[in-house]
Amino acid sequence: MIRIDFSALRFLVVEDNPHMRRILRALLLGFGSREVHEAEDGAAGLDAFNKFTPDIVIVDWAMPIFDGLEFARMIRQPDTNASPFTPIIMLTGHSERKRVMDARDAGVTEIMVKPVSANALHQRIVNVIANPRRYIRTKSYFGPDRRRNTTPGYSGPERRKGGRVDLDRLHRSSADN
Amino acid sequence: MSRPRADKPSVATYADHELISPPHKLRRAMSNAVASGADDQVARAEQALARLSGEFSTWMEEEGERLDRARNAVKTAGFTTATRDVLFFAAHDIRGDAETLGYPGLAVPAESLCRLIEHTRDMRRIPMTLVDQHVDAVRAIIREGSRPDAEQTVAVLTRRLREVTDEFLARENRDRPEELEDILSPAVAPGDPSL
Repeated sequence: MIRIDFSALRFLVVEDNPHMRRILRALLLGFGSREVHEAEDGAAGLDAFNKFTPDIVIVDWAMPIFDGLEFARMIRQPDTNASPFTPIIMLTGHSERKRVMDARDAGVTEIMVKPVSANALHQRIVNVIANPRRYIRTKSYFGPDRRRNTTPGYSGPERRKGGRVDLDRLHRSSADN
Repeated sequence: MSRPRADKPSVATYADHELISPPHKLRRAMSNAVASGADDQVARAEQALARLSGEFSTWMEEEGERLDRARNAVKTAGFTTATRDVLFFAAHDIRGDAETLGYPGLAVPAESLCRLIEHTRDMRRIPMTLVDQHVDAVRAIIREGSRPDAEQTVAVLTRRLREVTDEFLARENRDRPEELEDILSPAVAPGDPSL
């Protein structure tokens, strides 16, 4: 059984509702975390992200002005952001399929449909740590591989094209670091 | 070929995409230790939440008052982008908080109000009567929802509100089949592979 040492993790919670922020903080501290930063909107969240370099971000989808999707897209900028691989867990009050797909396409790592519970949040955090996903970069997308499952019997067209060129080439943006 | 360094991403390049394996920096927080009963992280978090629970009714009353103020602002100024957004976020927060704060019956009317606001193309066509019915239902559930006989009444009331809202949205979006499909499609259930 995988066990997570929460005291080794730094969290950022970006949520406009003060009650939900208190709930999330209580849960994270209850798991054993010692470092939980908070921001009340996407813009403040981006500042906090750059200042505190969190290990995991928990962000609400619906916030005034600068919402969770925009926040996620700004984090997933490998050419301008120093931490584009940071796991993002997105909270949403709605679970329509289109919303889930929009979150996925913005580069969100995990989506958690409210209500928030200790068990659901714990599971999401354990999953992003114990089962890290590979990332995909295309002309229009950078983020976790959106193919979570392989379907052995799949017989449709392969939308990803091309052969493998160089397995061990290091990522451009970090090769010179 | 050189071995990729553990602190650098390795990249496999294809014709139209790159497949990147980031360094697993969070591995440092993993161990194989077996949790003892006294050190159950989820249980400790639930206890932390329980310690907050004495404040939940006050929080939800505040959320209900916020929704009421947002409704009154719409009545005063009409539906503008600003008044619509304030009403939407007030309803949305109630939708999100409802079950966690111990008011599961609030989730349906709050979500229904969100859908009414979000999926009506021309906000000036949103019927104020329907907004009033949603807000009044939310406030009544906050006020009376703990009564033992309230559960069935709440269920009937909120189901009917949702039906009326869906009928309205179906009419409003009858010439937008794709939007209509999104509106009326079933929600993704927890455990769905897309989540």
